[in-house]
Amino acid sequence: MKRNHVLVLMLVGLAALLSGCTTTPVHPWERATLADYTMRPDRDPLHNTMFEHIYFSREASTGGRGVGGSGCGCN
Amino acid sequence: MSLPNKLLNGLVLCLALSAPAFAQVKPGQPFPDLKGYALEGTLPACAGQVVLVDFWATWCAPCKASFPAYGQLQRELAPRGFILLAISIDKTAAPYAEFLQRFSPPFPTVRDGTQKLISVVKVPAMPTSYLIDRKGIVRSVHSGFHGEATVKALREEIIRLLEEKS
Repeated sequence: MKRNHVLVLMLVGLAALLSGCTTTPVHPWERATLADYTMRPDRDPLHNTMFEHIYFSREASTGGRGVGGSGCGCN
Repeated sequence: MSLPNKLLNGLVLCLALSAPAFAQVKPGQPFPDLKGYALEGTLPACAGQVVLVDFWATWCAPCKASFPAYGQLQRELAPRGFILLAISIDKTAAPYAEFLQRFSPPFPTVRDGTQKLISVVKVPAMPTSYLIDRKGIVRSVHSGFHGEATVKALREEIIRLLEEKS
């Protein structure tokens, strides 16, 4: 009898453990917050400009983001 | 009850509880009665009409992009017994009211602010529209808005349903 109880407990424990692997997706109608403007990584134009400037300064020899190709001066 | 049966019942119960409940409204099923969901706004009289129920939100860009085309469908087919009902799922009233004030769509719009209806219908994407025949049965589900392709498919299906004898 005790063995049966252990079996039941093991089974319930296994089911509970497996249920931990299930995911709870964000439903299409629950995405208002995700679609909000404040969730955009590029929402601050000043930050974008500064970031571009730093990137350009670091990568000056290759023309930053604005120019394709390498720093050979042939573009 | 024998032990194996108990184990089996326990396992089934655990799995049933752990599985996500998913029961979308599909073609061939009756659409839920809109009166039971405390929708904000005035519901039009849909009995005996071909109805396109469109779920939208102010935060959903393709939903808003569909409005001019849906307005055209409403103007063109309403005299023949067609109603387009747009159901907003915005939880807050302010952006919904502001949008309606700015664009004044030519079809009835209500708001499912509590999201009770959408939780039952379980749309697969935003926007999704349900084409319902004169008997209240869902005949097709259009997920997303793909511009002229969606409008063309909808127009053909709506006309086919309008020509069906009730």
